[in-house]
Amino acid sequence: MDERRIASPALGARALPNQWDLIALALGFGFFVLIVEGARGMGAPLGAPVTTDLSLQYSSLPYYALRTTLRMFAAILFSLLFTFTYATLAAKSRRAEQVLIPLLDVLQSVPVLGFLSFTVTFFLGLFPGSTLGAECAAIFAIFTSQAWNMAFSFYQSLRTVPRDLDEVANGFQLSAWQKFWQLETPFAMPGLIWNTMMSMSGGWFFVVASEAISVGDTTIKLPGVGSYLAMAIEQKRVDCVIAAVVAMALVILAYDQIIFRPIVAFSQKFRVEMTGSQTETKSFVLDLFQRTRWLRALTSVPADLFDRFAMWRFQPPKMLAVKRIPVPGQVVDWLWYALVFAAALYSLKLVVTFVGATLGWSDVWQVAGYSLITMVRVLALIIIASLIWTPISVWIGLRPRVAEKVQPLAQFLAAFPANVLFPVAVIGILKFHLNPDIWLSLLIIFGTQWYIVFNVIGGASAFPNDLKEVASNFGVKGWQWWRNVILPGVFPYYVTGAMTASGGSWNASIVAEYVKWGDDTVSAHGVGAYIAKATADGDYPRIVLGVCVMAIFVIAFNRLLWRPLFGYAERKLRLS
Amino acid sequence: MIDTSKPLVELSHVRQSYSIGSEKERAVLDDVNLTIREREIVGLLGRSGSGKSTILRIVSGLAKASGGDVRFMGEPVTGPVDGVAMVFQSFALFPWLTVMENVELGLRAKKVSEAAARPRALKAIDLIGLDGFESAYPKELSGGMRQRVGFARALVVNPQLLLMDEPFSALDVLTAETLRTDLLDLWVEGRMPIKSILLVTHGIEEAVLMCDRIVVLQSNPGRIAAEMHVKMPHPRNRLDPEFRQLVDHIYGIMTKREDVARREGLFPGLGLGMTLPRISTNTLAGMLEEVAAPPYNGKADMPALADSLQMEIDDLFPVAETLQLLRFAEMAEGDIRLTPAGKRFVEADIDVRKKLFGDHLLAYVPLAQRIRRVLDERPTHTAPATRFRAELEDYMSEDYAETTLRSVTNWGRYGEAFAYDESSQSFSLENPQ
Repeated sequence: MDERRIASPALGARALPNQWDLIALALGFGFFVLIVEGARGMGAPLGAPVTTDLSLQYSSLPYYALRTTLRMFAAILFSLLFTFTYATLAAKSRRAEQVLIPLLDVLQSVPVLGFLSFTVTFFLGLFPGSTLGAECAAIFAIFTSQAWNMAFSFYQSLRTVPRDLDEVANGFQLSAWQKFWQLETPFAMPGLIWNTMMSMSGGWFFVVASEAISVGDTTIKLPGVGSYLAMAIEQKRVDCVIAAVVAMALVILAYDQIIFRPIVAFSQKFRVEMTGSQTETKSFVLDLFQRTRWLRALTSVPADLFDRFAMWRFQPPKMLAVKRIPVPGQVVDWLWYALVFAAALYSLKLVVTFVGATLGWSDVWQVAGYSLITMVRVLALIIIASLIWTPISVWIGLRPRVAEKVQPLAQFLAAFPANVLFPVAVIGILKFHLNPDIWLSLLIIFGTQWYIVFNVIGGASAFPNDLKEVASNFGVKGWQWWRNVILPGVFPYYVTGAMTASGGSWNASIVAEYVKWGDDTVSAHGVGAYIAKATADGDYPRIVLGVCVMAIFVIAFNRLLWRPLFGYAERKLRLS
Repeated sequence: MIDTSKPLVELSHVRQSYSIGSEKERAVLDDVNLTIREREIVGLLGRSGSGKSTILRIVSGLAKASGGDVRFMGEPVTGPVDGVAMVFQSFALFPWLTVMENVELGLRAKKVSEAAARPRALKAIDLIGLDGFESAYPKELSGGMRQRVGFARALVVNPQLLLMDEPFSALDVLTAETLRTDLLDLWVEGRMPIKSILLVTHGIEEAVLMCDRIVVLQSNPGRIAAEMHVKMPHPRNRLDPEFRQLVDHIYGIMTKREDVARREGLFPGLGLGMTLPRISTNTLAGMLEEVAAPPYNGKADMPALADSLQMEIDDLFPVAETLQLLRFAEMAEGDIRLTPAGKRFVEADIDVRKKLFGDHLLAYVPLAQRIRRVLDERPTHTAPATRFRAELEDYMSEDYAETTLRSVTNWGRYGEAFAYDESSQSFSLENPQ
C-alpha cells in the first residue's frame, strides 16, 4: 500500500456491501437533520450578531493569521482524537466496521461547506451570546474537512499490520494497550502523517470559508484571515485582498517548514520496508533540533512520560471481570442488525419529514437537475485541466532537476486556499460582462488542479529508467510513446490526483458558483449556488435537500467513475 | 533409548483445520503426537503445507489447536506462554526501535524496570555478538545481524524453550552457516539460558547438522511420518559418511511412494480438488533435461540433484511431483527416474514438446480435462474463469484455488490445450492468430 495517497473508503479493494451503504446514507443525513433540529430546539433565534471589531489595517494581519492557525491546530487535534477512536473501533469490531466504514464514505462525500449553516446554528445554540459557539462552528467545519481520510488511513493501517510483528507482540504478551502504542500506532504513522498533511492542505480552504459566514440575518465574523478577506470584499478593497493572499502564503510556507517537514522526516523511521528508501525527506528544522543539546534534553521529559504511558499495563480488577453470559454470536448479530436497521429507518423518516414539510418532488427534481449541471461542470473541468496539465507535468517529472523545484510549488498551490482569489474573478466577469455559467466554472478547478499536477509529476519521476531506455532504444516516439509508454506509466498517479481534485471541486462549487464583490453577486446555475443561496436566506429545508442530493451525486460519481478507474489502474498498470 | 529427562512440551492427538467454503473443512494437522524433553534440539522437517509452522504456533500458544491436548511444563496451553520465545524467518524486528529497544521489548512489556532491563539486554546483545550495534536501527543492519537481534530478543526473556521458524532461510548461504555455527557453539557450551530448541526447517542438511532428533512430517494433512535420533557429536561434518547416509535416508522417507489408489499422485485432494503448485513449464523442461543428461542419464539421486541444482526440497519436490503427475517422471526411494514419455519430451523439438505436454496435461490433470470438456461442449467455445474458480473453491481455500487455476492456465497455454484471455478473464479454444 502506498502511504502517500489520500486514503478514501471509496477505494476499498472490494466493493462495500450495498445495503450498508444505504443504511450509512440514511444515518449520515439523519444525523445532520438532528443537529439542525437540536439547534432549533434550544430556541436559539440568534440574537445580536456575533462580531468582534475587525479592522482592515495591515498591522492586524499577523494577529489574524495567528488566530487562523490556532483554529487549524484545534481542528487537527480533534481530527486525531476522532481518528484514534473511530478507526480503532472500526478495525477491532466486526459489527462496528460494517456500519462505520460505509458511513465514513458518506461523510467524506458530504459537502462540508453545505452544512456549515447547520453547525453554526447548533454551536451558537450551545454557547448563546458567546463567540465560543462561533469558534466551535469554524473548528468543526475544518474538522469535517480533515478527519475522514485520516481515520480511513489509520483504519487501513490497523488492518494491515504485518503478521510476524503481530505475533512477536502476542508472543511477548503485550497488552492491547501496549500493542496499540508499540506496534499499531507506529506502523500507521507514515500513512497517517501524510494524510494529516494533505488534510491540512485542504483545511486552509475551509478555514477561510468558515470564519465569516452569514446564515439568514445572522452574520458571524471571527478574527482571522478569512474574515479579513470577507471584509475586504465587502468594502471592495483590492489592496487588502492582496495583503490577505500574501499573509496566507507566508503562513502556509512557515507551517510547512516548521511543523510538517520535520514530522514527515521523522516519520520515515516508522516505515516497515527494510531497504533504504529512495526519497528521503530532508528538513533543516529537524536537523537543527537534532543538533541541539539543551532542547533535546528538555524534550526527553515528555518523551519519557509518553514511554511510560505507552507501556502502562492496565490490569482490570478481578471484580470487574463479569461472567459473560453465553449468547450465540448469531443472536447478537441479528439484534445488532435490527438495531442498525431501525436507526437507519428512523433517520430516513427524519430527513423526509424535515424536507417534505415545505418542499415537494418538484424541488427534488430541480436540485437533481442542478446537480447534473454541476457534475458536467466538474467533469468538463477535470478533463480540460488534465489535457493541459498532464503533458506539462510529465515533461517536468521526467526532468529531475526541474521536478525538484516545481514539486514543492505544486504542493504549496494545492494547499493555498483558492477562494481567497475568487473576488478577482468577479471583478473580471463584471467588467467584461462574461457569462458566469462558463467563467465561474473555472474557479471550481482553480484550487484543485494542483493535485493532478503534483501527482503526475510524482508518477513521471518514478517512471522506471529501463523502460525509458527501451523506448528510446527502439525509437518509440510521438503519439505511440505517449499512448504505450508514459500514459500507462503515470495513470495510477493521475487517477489518484484527479480523484482528489474532483472531490475538492464538488466542495468548491458551493463557494465558486455564488461569488460576491461588495454588493454585486455573480451566480451560476448549479447545486453549489443553490446551497449557497439557501444558506444566505437561512432556508434550512433547501440546504438539507441540496446537501443530500449533492452527496448522493458525489457518491455515485466516485463509485461509477473513480473506483473502476482506480481498480483498473491498480490491477493492470501499477509498476513494481 | 530410554529418556528419563522431564518433558517440556507434550502434544497429544493435536488436530488443526480451517473451514473452506460453507461447511467443509480442510485439515492442516492430523493426530500429531510430539514430546520435547529438556536438553535437546528437535527439528521439524517438512515441506510447505506440512503444517510445521502451525505446530510451532500451537506450541507457543499463538494459535489454538482445533483438537487434542497441548501442555507446556505440565500445564495446558491456552494462550501465549511465558517461557517460550520465538525467532522468525522474516526477523520480525520493529523498524522504529533500535537494536537495544527491540531486545528490551519483551522485558518492558512484562514491567521489568528500565534499570533492571538494561543490563539483561546488554548481556544478551553481548552473548549473541551484537556489541557496538546497540543504537542502530534494523534497516541499517545486514540480514545476518538482523537475525542476531532476533535471537537476542528471544534469549533476553530467559525462555525455557526457544522456537525457531526457518530462522536461516532468508539469509545467504555463508551468513546462514556462520549463524548456525555460532548458535551451536553457544548451545554446546551451555551459555544460553534455554533448556531446549524446537527448529522448523525445510533443509534436510540443516536438520541433520543441528538436531538431536528429527521429526519428518508428511503433507496434507500434516502428520508425523518418521522420527529419528541423530547421535553424531557436534561439530558435525557434512562430508562424514554417516551424515550423508542420514541425509539420503531422509530423502528416501520423503519421496516414499504413497498409496496411489487413495490419492492420485502426491498432490493433496482428488480429481478436480487437487491443489497444484505454481511451476513454470521452463522449470519442468529444465528438470527433465538435467535428469536426462549425464551424469544422471535418466535416473537421479534426489540429494545429489538438489545439490547440483542448488535447490531446497521446498523448490525441488513440487517440480518432481508435477513431472510425476504428468507421467514424465517417477519418484521412488529418493530417486527420480524419467518415463519413456519424459525421454521423448527431452529429445523432441519445441512443437512436438508442446504437443506431448498438451496431451499429457489433458490426460492426467483433471482440471485441464474439465476446462477442455466445457469448452468443447459450449457452442461459443468460451467459458469464464470465475466458473472454474468457484468450482475449485468447493474443495480448497481461495488462495489455493487461484494458484491452481493459474498453473493449469499456463500449462494449458504452453501445451496449446486451450487459450486464456486476461482482459475478459475467459478461456477459449482459439489462439490469437
